[in-house]
Formats: sequence, C-alpha cells, structure tokens
Amino acid sequence: MAEYKLTTPLSDEDIMKLKAGDKVLLSGVIYTARDAAHMRMVDSLKKGEDLPFDPKGQVIYYVGPSPARPGKPIGSAGPTTSYRMNTFAPILIEKGQKGMIGKGKMSDEVKEACIKYKACYFASIGGAAAVVGKAVKKAEIIAYPELGPEAVRKLEVEDMPLFVCYDSYGNDLYEMAKKEWANKL
Amino acid sequence: MSEVRNVSVKNVEEAIYKIALDVAYHIPKDVLKAEKEAYKKEKSETGKKVLETIFSNIEVSSEGEFPLCQDTGLGIVFLEVGQDVHFTDGYVVDAINNGVERAYKDGYLRKSSCHPLTRANYGNNLPAIVHTYVVPGNKVKIMFDAKGGGSESMSKVQMLKPADGRDGIIQTVVDWMIQAGPNPCPPTIVGVGIGADFERSAVMAKHATLRKVGQPSDDPVLAEMEQEILTKINNSGIGPAGLGGITTALAVHIEMEPCHIATLPLAINTACHVNRHKEIEL
Repeated sequence: MAEYKLTTPLSDEDIMKLKAGDKVLLSGVIYTARDAAHMRMVDSLKKGEDLPFDPKGQVIYYVGPSPARPGKPIGSAGPTTSYRMNTFAPILIEKGQKGMIGKGKMSDEVKEACIKYKACYFASIGGAAAVVGKAVKKAEIIAYPELGPEAVRKLEVEDMPLFVCYDSYGNDLYEMAKKEWANKL
Repeated sequence: MSEVRNVSVKNVEEAIYKIALDVAYHIPKDVLKAEKEAYKKEKSETGKKVLETIFSNIEVSSEGEFPLCQDTGLGIVFLEVGQDVHFTDGYVVDAINNGVERAYKDGYLRKSSCHPLTRANYGNNLPAIVHTYVVPGNKVKIMFDAKGGGSESMSKVQMLKPADGRDGIIQTVVDWMIQAGPNPCPPTIVGVGIGADFERSAVMAKHATLRKVGQPSDDPVLAEMEQEILTKINNSGIGPAGLGGITTALAVHIEMEPCHIATLPLAINTACHVNRHKEIEL
C-alpha cells in the first residue's frame, strides 16, 4: 500500500494511480456538502442551472461542521455517513467530480461510477472531528447559507489524511480489511 | 415514604446545561479506559493507528475549542422523578429544553434538529427527547445522552418469533452489526433491548448503551449472551473505523423485560466511540 500527496483539482492520472488501501495526504481546496446541499445541487442540474462550484476535478467532503468559534475558520469537522449521498454521487461524478470524502459504505452504483468516470471514494475516520477541524486553514460559505451546518463551504486543507476506500478499479477497502481481519480474535 | 421535597426546575436547567457542555468536549472516563484496553489488544496496525487518531482527537477536544465530534447530537434525557418531588419555578421539560438550547449556543455545538420533511434546521437543537419515569423517593436523576445521527441510524426494532429464542437474538444482533460495518463509527457500544413491547424494547436498547462500558448484566444468562455477541462482532474483522481489526465493539449491553406470550421484541441501538453521556442526581 502506497502513500501519496495530492493537491486538488485531481486528474484522471491522479485517480488511476490510487488503489484501495493507499494513504493520501490531500491538500488544496475541497467543497463540503451533505444531504440537503446535494438535494439542491441535483435539483439545479435537473433545471439546467449552474452549480455553486464546477465539480470538474473536485473533491466533495461529506461534512456538516460544528460552528466556528471567533477567530477560527471552522469548528469540528469529521466525516458524516456517506450512504445517504448514494443517489447523488454518481450524478456529480458524471459531471467530473473526482472524489468524495466520508465514512461508511456506499452503493454499487457509486463504485461503478468510480470505474466508469475515474473517481475515488476516500474514507476518513468518523469521530476524529476535532483533529480535522483544527487542520482546516480556511473556510468560506459559498452557497445555501440558510442550511446552517449543511451549507456548501469551500475549505482549504493541508495534508488531510485519507484512505483510498473505493478506487477506479472496483476495489473496496472496507471489504478487503474485513476479509483480512475476520476470525483473528 | 419520603417527605415531599421541592426541586426548582432552574437546578434541572443548570444541570442539563453543564452536562451538555461537558460531554461535547470530554469523553466519559469508562469509554476512554475501554478504548485504551482495546488498543493494547488490537492486532491490526491500521486499527491501532485509527485508535491513536481517536486518542489525539480526545486530547484536542479536551482543550475546549473543538467538540469531540462535529455531530454534537440531539439531547436525549432519561429523567427519573421521585414521586415525592414537587417541581417549582416552571415546567421541568421547558427547563431541560432551555438547558440544551443555551449549551448548544454557548458551546459552539452543532444544531442538528430539523423538520423531518422539509429538512429545515430549527437552529436551536430543540426539542430534547425526554423519557420520564416516576420512581419511589424524593430525588431527581438525570441521564443525558448527546446522541449523534450516524450511530442512531444503525438502529432497529424487530419483532422476532418466540421460537427464534436466544440463538435467534444473537444471530440477529451480530448480522445487523456486521451489516452496519463502518457506518456507526466503530468501535461501538451495542445496546440491546429484549422483550417488553415494541417501543419499550427500543428505549431499553438506548438505555443499555449508557451503562458503564463493559460492566456485565446482573443476569448471568444475559451476561453470557453479551460476551458471545461481542466475540462474534469482534471476529467480523470490521475493526476501528471499519478499516480492519479486532476492535469493532467495545461492549454489548443487554436489558430485558417480560413480554407477551406471542412476541419476542428485539431492539438494537448503537453508540459510537465517543458515547457522550453523563448522569447526575438532584
């Protein structure tokens, strides 16, 4: 298992070198969105409207951060459970999104979209939210401020530690890990 | 019979306020102890790394600026009221809600309550979910649980057949937790409610997650089932954060009550690895 330092936006070449189980230190701009923001974005696409950001090459972090204290860009910011975005992810991947960051399993449709359009699902550690929040350099709400924690934010991160969970070859880290460690008590 | 005692709901509000602020930033000692013990036993390198990250997170959070998790939960309250208590200065449920609202505002905690259909966020994390019990005596016991949505979503109630019995219960819980996999933020504390009726089994399951971690049930039959389920879950290989290892659950806690001859209610509720809760007696 390899370790890579990557900076957004990501290219097909970046994605194709990644294999499930690899570690990635991700830097650059990423966008936050979870349930409510995805509903709105997919609605916009249906109506032929622009999205709050161009998904091409971008990574979406499934997170609803806690409020920022004065002088801080953001509060705690760990990943939310990703399967709730199962119906939305393939639509945005088709539009050029290259990565999702979250926790927990996603669907076969998401895996297929990752293969077809060259994208990756990155797993982060659920509940390690204070550590991630402290590492965020900049945060700015760029859409749907009325959604509060669910607003779309543009974050600047440096060396955010991630695991490649679904790669563009159909591999699944959660399944691999489970197989390797079953009946090892 | 104890003497009738006045309890000001202002004291209830203060207690809720303090506990809600405290648990958002400080993990319960018993949970941390169980995680440290699990770390010693964990065989997977990745699993150990994940636990180390969890420990760093606990440390950063304890400085008081970043909550343990961005999902600071809904406020769940188990309120045991002695029948000789007389509340003064207002309505006790209003006091609980005031305590929650103030804590979530002052503590920079995330407000997660929303309209179920429009999903509009209420912005105050209200209402708290209050389970009230009238008990003997003149004391008030408050158990506060800041329950996050990720682990809560990995819950279920299933009406088993009486013939499913002990083995059916064990199998259902194990299968469910394996299917839940990485979603509820393992290592988890698995609460199980057996018996009573449909809704009470669910309340028991949640209540069970608040027991001191790893303290076995007083009922030796249940204690044995807890161990058997725990072993099977930890043999799944899911591991910390679902990235592989032998620490998938820290403990399984079962509560049980009598049920109808035609039913065998079973409920499962999962607490994530921060399991924020605390109790106080007034």
